[in-house]
Amino acid sequence: MKYRTPLAKARGLGAARSGTTRWWMERVTAAALIPLSYWLVKLVDLSATTPYAETRDWLAAPVNTVGVIAFVAAAFYHAALGLRVVIEDYVDREGSKIVLIWLVNLGAALLSLIALLAVFRTLQTG
Amino acid sequence: MNAPHPRPLSPHLQVYRLPLTAVLSITHRITGVLLSAGLLSVVCLLSALAAGPEAYASAQAIAGSGGMRFLSWAFIYALFFHLCHGIRHLIWDAGQGFEAGTLNRYAWIELTASVLLTLAVFVLSSRDSL
Repeated sequence: MKYRTPLAKARGLGAARSGTTRWWMERVTAAALIPLSYWLVKLVDLSATTPYAETRDWLAAPVNTVGVIAFVAAAFYHAALGLRVVIEDYVDREGSKIVLIWLVNLGAALLSLIALLAVFRTLQTG
Repeated sequence: MNAPHPRPLSPHLQVYRLPLTAVLSITHRITGVLLSAGLLSVVCLLSALAAGPEAYASAQAIAGSGGMRFLSWAFIYALFFHLCHGIRHLIWDAGQGFEAGTLNRYAWIELTASVLLTLAVFVLSSRDSL
């Protein structure tokens, strides 16, 4: 009797070492987002009434530049992983599931690039 | 696969009165999806800032309308709810806090904490000291 899974079957099924990567990264980004949420709250707060120049100067301070960039990166990573789990739970058809997960991943990558570019463009005007 | 005759089904989710822990669990998921959608407005806000003073002023005019003010506070509350329940998930992942009494106590703690955090941001923001 053979106990070994054929390589052709094991490939792509989440072999040892990488099977828990997404689960683990969801937790890592979650932990990172606890302090990083400050920059989201501050950004929303600034958007209410603070004038343009003051907001730009705030973003140009290195601690805030890094804070906002780190928030954007961690938040989109975390969102893509979370939405993936939701899709996997509720979308039954294999094809739709795969396409939706692609769209979520591509969307998260694109939107985070747009946000990062916006931060850099804002700094150049300072 | 359609069965030829209607078969008895196990009781559906709707017939139960969901316990608080179950309500919080699905709310965690819903707030997660809504917060992901809210990230779109963060991208819009940053892009408006990058586009210059006029673009930022018009984005602020939209953000300052009554409906959007309400939405952004809902967003902040959803953030804190998701954060507080997320911390509980991290505690669970560490293998702690599964006893029935602890579950319910944590449920009330995280509900209270998310409201208090939102209020704290409201107070600090109105005093300009966030």
